[in-house]
Amino acid sequence: MSTATTTAMAYQDRRGILGTLGRDGLLQIILIANTIIMLAPIVIMVFSAFKTTPQIFASPFGIPDFTQVGNFVKIWTQTNFLRYLLNSFVVTGASMVLILTLGTMAAYAIGRYAFTGSNFILMFFLAGLTLPLKLAIIPLFMLMRDLSILNNQLSLIFVYTAMGLPTTVFIMTGFIRTLPNELEDAARMDGASEARIMWSIMLPLVRPAMVIAGIQNVVPIWNDFFFPLVFIQNDDLKTLPQGLTTFMGEYTTDWGVLFSGLTLSAAPIILIYIVLSRQFIAGMTSGAVK
Amino acid sequence: MPKLRMTGRGLWITFLIVPPLAFVALFIVYPIISAFAYAFFDWQGLKRLDFVGLENFHTVLFVEPYRSWTLNAFKNNIIVFFALMVLQNGLGFILAYALWRELPGARFHRIAVFLPVVLSTIIVAYLFKLFYHPLFGVVNISLRGLGLDGLAQPWLGQSGTALWSIIAAQAWHMVGFPTLVFLAGMQRIPGEILDAVRMETESEWVKITQIVWPLVAPSATIVFTLLFVGAFNWFELPYIMGGLDGSPFGSTDVLGLYFYRTAFGNVSAGQQDFGLGSALAVLIFLFIAAIATVITVRLRAREIQI
Repeated sequence: MSTATTTAMAYQDRRGILGTLGRDGLLQIILIANTIIMLAPIVIMVFSAFKTTPQIFASPFGIPDFTQVGNFVKIWTQTNFLRYLLNSFVVTGASMVLILTLGTMAAYAIGRYAFTGSNFILMFFLAGLTLPLKLAIIPLFMLMRDLSILNNQLSLIFVYTAMGLPTTVFIMTGFIRTLPNELEDAARMDGASEARIMWSIMLPLVRPAMVIAGIQNVVPIWNDFFFPLVFIQNDDLKTLPQGLTTFMGEYTTDWGVLFSGLTLSAAPIILIYIVLSRQFIAGMTSGAVK
Repeated sequence: MPKLRMTGRGLWITFLIVPPLAFVALFIVYPIISAFAYAFFDWQGLKRLDFVGLENFHTVLFVEPYRSWTLNAFKNNIIVFFALMVLQNGLGFILAYALWRELPGARFHRIAVFLPVVLSTIIVAYLFKLFYHPLFGVVNISLRGLGLDGLAQPWLGQSGTALWSIIAAQAWHMVGFPTLVFLAGMQRIPGEILDAVRMETESEWVKITQIVWPLVAPSATIVFTLLFVGAFNWFELPYIMGGLDGSPFGSTDVLGLYFYRTAFGNVSAGQQDFGLGSALAVLIFLFIAAIATVITVRLRAREIQI
């Protein structure tokens, strides 16, 4: 581009172009700086997981030898870590199955049938949306004791299911209401039962809403620490975040093992997030975006 | 929608609606109502004794040492809330604005800013506890490396810096949430409005304050309310990073820790008291409900329908 044209363009639109470049440059710098701040702690964590403790102290930022997996071997063989991981899978999995099954049932009834009290029932579910259940931990503790499921993973599964239902019913009811009636009516003409209509015609259509509701609930449940802290004492029943506190307490001076423990705990959700980032962002902000 | 006619259909709806309702009733509604009832009784361990009226409330609000503990924890929650308003929501708005421009790499930046949000708070807490270590933590090592030896300090070990260090970890953990909620709000602003504004003014500042900010008001209402509820429920980060007593010297004590400690006891105080704990829970609950309602109503009033 010749000097003349550049000058002409700059003259024409001087404030526009220069302003835009200056502003976008500044915004780009902010974004890059922020991304470095967001990723650096995670990168340091993963790097440190492959170092021995003296190596971490000597060069905390250095790139490690990734074939050096002694810390992970130690975790695998000497700690209860795998047990915690398995427990988290069991508790989260069972809770999600219950949340999605029960949530879809309620949402289908409220969204698809006109019956007396349906609005009241929806309000009842929505009331659970905003209440901070942590503050009801004392009665919950007594309730679990009365049900004899203290120190039993059922206590967690039940609480998580109840906590997940309001958002799930909210999201799914909204979605189910938008589905067209034609398919359903046609099937009804053909003499299909209500259960058959729900199972083979409507359920395949609500899958997108189930994914959103599922992600919104699966992350807080997988990450929860507070309810296990109160309900579970037995080390063999602990979930990952709670087991991490036991583990971190046992290896306080072995930083290599501490960082690899943190890395292993973070790995499953980080990997899934990287693959499904769009769905994660949509799911986790869906309560706040509308 | 088909009208309810047959009993068969009535049974079918009952079958669909009762199990989920039962879960919510038993594990959410019943415990919350009970929490209110518990606060009016004297408790010994897990045993409920006499009805004592408002005595538990009186104790936690006006009788020492509870009074000082309550006030100290409450004061810290206020600090946490306002600090996060700036560090989390304020920064989130700026980042959302930057992402909204769709500059090269925006997709990558968006994924990066939300990555810490999906991590467990416990992982974040331990990670930053290691980073803040006085001798071997990367924070002090970096400061020393930059020749700022004077700034290197035991971040979590002294009253002046402990709470702020934990707040910084919280902001890192959660800034992605308001960022993406604001971003979604900005993306809903119709293009015609923005074009019209571009005709009128070239000032970025005017555009942000007069157009973007008012139009993302619904997003602001939600993230402010959620932050308020979250700040007054704060538990995991101070529990891991400061300990159950809010060390050092109660400087990181917040209502969540104080409530838990009072209800379930701790190593030093030992005694657990469900009555006082429930009274605290009810007070925190009423406070959150009242202020959250005020925030929502006040902020809703300034929302504009596009």
